[in-house]
Amino acid sequence: MINLVWLVPFLPLLGFLVNGLGRRSLSKSLVGIVGSGVLLASFVISLLIFFEVKAPGFSAQVVQLFDFIHVGSLHIPFAFQVDQLSALFLLIITGVGSLIHIYSTSYMHEESSESFARYFAYLNLFVFSMLILVLGANYVMMFIGWEGVGLCSYLLIGFWFKNNDYTNAAKKAFVMNRIGDLGFLIAIFFMITQFGSVTFPEVFAKAASLGMNNSVITAIALLLFVGATGKSAQLPLYTWLPDAMAGPTPVSALIHAATMVTAGIYMIARSNILYTLAPHIQTVVAVIGLATALFAASIALKQNDIKKVLAYSTVSQLGYMFLALGVGAYGAAVFHVMTHAFFKALLFLGSGSVIHAMGGEQDIRKMGGLKKYMPTTNWTFLVGCLAIAGIPGLSGFFSKDEILASAFGHNPVFYVLGLAGALMTAFYMFRLYYITFAGKFRGTHEQEHHLHESPAAITIPLVILAVLSIIGGYVGLPEVFGKNLLAEYLAPVFAPSVPFAVPHHLSHSLEWILMGISSALVIVFILLARQKFANYEDTGKESTGLGKALENKWYVDEIYDAIIVKPLYELSRFFRDTIEKAGIDRLVNGIGRGVQWGGQQVRLIQSGQVGFYIFAMVIGMIVLFVIGFLL
Amino acid sequence: MPVQYYIFLSIALFCIGVMGVLMRRNAIIIFMCIELMLNAVNLLMVAFSKMWADAGRVDASSAQLFVFFIMVVAAAEVAIGLAIITMVYRNTHSVDINILNRLKN
Repeated sequence: MINLVWLVPFLPLLGFLVNGLGRRSLSKSLVGIVGSGVLLASFVISLLIFFEVKAPGFSAQVVQLFDFIHVGSLHIPFAFQVDQLSALFLLIITGVGSLIHIYSTSYMHEESSESFARYFAYLNLFVFSMLILVLGANYVMMFIGWEGVGLCSYLLIGFWFKNNDYTNAAKKAFVMNRIGDLGFLIAIFFMITQFGSVTFPEVFAKAASLGMNNSVITAIALLLFVGATGKSAQLPLYTWLPDAMAGPTPVSALIHAATMVTAGIYMIARSNILYTLAPHIQTVVAVIGLATALFAASIALKQNDIKKVLAYSTVSQLGYMFLALGVGAYGAAVFHVMTHAFFKALLFLGSGSVIHAMGGEQDIRKMGGLKKYMPTTNWTFLVGCLAIAGIPGLSGFFSKDEILASAFGHNPVFYVLGLAGALMTAFYMFRLYYITFAGKFRGTHEQEHHLHESPAAITIPLVILAVLSIIGGYVGLPEVFGKNLLAEYLAPVFAPSVPFAVPHHLSHSLEWILMGISSALVIVFILLARQKFANYEDTGKESTGLGKALENKWYVDEIYDAIIVKPLYELSRFFRDTIEKAGIDRLVNGIGRGVQWGGQQVRLIQSGQVGFYIFAMVIGMIVLFVIGFLL
Repeated sequence: MPVQYYIFLSIALFCIGVMGVLMRRNAIIIFMCIELMLNAVNLLMVAFSKMWADAGRVDASSAQLFVFFIMVVAAAEVAIGLAIITMVYRNTHSVDINILNRLKN
């Protein structure tokens, strides 16, 4: 089965070609069947591969398709690496991806059949790129996928390209990603010059031989992290992700919550040895992750757009994953990627269901009381909220607890700040839940009449994801409860780091205490949110002070505008007016005008007097003779 | 006679020819002056030919061959040139070359 791994990415590529080329002729139902069918097929193959990988005694395998680049001593094959990490990501991507494709067949049904096909073509292309990203056996392959998902993200954010704001959001996402991609690209060049290879095992072996705190490894790790901050929306490059909510909601669920934004975590988890060897950069990763987690969570407290809240929550959760990577808990980060994919996809799809029922309304102040109109959406959304808040027993609890416990082992300050972020998460998620689903309906009468539960193609993925959000955590039980299956499964991937890492072992009693504290506080904060927002009334009051700053997202967009965008515009204007118009244009036009003027002067010699011509000729000849004679 | 005399004579004839072409406006006189220049060159070549022959060079007479060439070409040129001048006279009733600037502008 492993040799057929190329089918996993190429089936979505096939779907992309069929839907993309046949978008004018295929019917909507056919497009939906092709788009979702290829992904389901990929999922089945991924599942078979996963069981093969899970079997004891399996070691990483590389499947080479052809030689991609062969120049001098540099050798880059087009090869797929199948190991525990990539097999797990395959499952997440194709599994969650399939559900979202099925959901989309209903959600996007109001589109014209051509843009419906365009949507599925983009979505399939995205899945293809994402699979290339996680399957690639070297950094160049990873980069190909990395760029591919960036492109698809751009295309899908700007899917409704007739709206100017949406295309601007798409451009913003693309440019922000580009800044990060440059870091990644330089890191690849660095590897080629320093190690002469980009293949994972060779790079890691050569890096390990250089030892701790080597400046080359530190530089590479830092540059790769710059790439990760762009793709995974970390400070200071996170601002594109909230704007990316301009795309269709299933896209937000798949690309901007479950899969693409976790590419940075995948990359660092894959390169874990490089980071273990560069502890300073690890600290940077942890600090940036923690700062992002807190910062984004604080913004989410005051947002009123249902998708914006979820977007900031995604940024914040990604921050947790980076915190885990930064404290060396790579397994915990991957675990959180998995559980987050379940519950965040669930929440986004739930919000899509709500938006669908509300006829496109996204402002939670105009919702309320949806509980009785949309029972399935209500309970699945509640499960998602409970999971992300970290209620014991649900998936989010286990993964977040593992991250916080690792952070505590590394530095108790990280733990305290991380816990503060988790409490904010619980608070804003339940604020969102109560404002949306509890209380009285606050929309227009027409909307109220229109309210209905979504069709089965929407609710079935919600139910499946809700179930996964509940049980998904049991693969990574904390030590006090039993075996951590996921950590055991992933151990071979992180094995190279083990000799260099500093182990932190928490005693069981301490672990119990930490778990108890966080669970109790989370429940307190949920009750607080319930008390405050269960009977929410939109007073229309302007908030002041800190609240206003939070509502305006700490004015980060305005600050970026003032310190980067505006000066760039000014610089461009200077180049246009001064360098281009006054400099280059004048020079070029001046040469032309000079030639014209010279021609007018010389023209006067052409008098038509033959005598003068002959005289000039004779003079010329004499001059030539004199010159010839003198030289 | 030393060859310098021929050279000076040739230079004198050539300069007269040049000055004539430059100064005069009558096309026929200009034409004659051109002939004068050509013949100044012919004279020079004959003189040099004789000089080299006296010095014992066997191939010295080839210069005289060029003289005949020039005379033949000059004769052909005269035939065409005089025809042109005749036509010009028919059209303008003048052989003044300064009138022939009508192509200007």
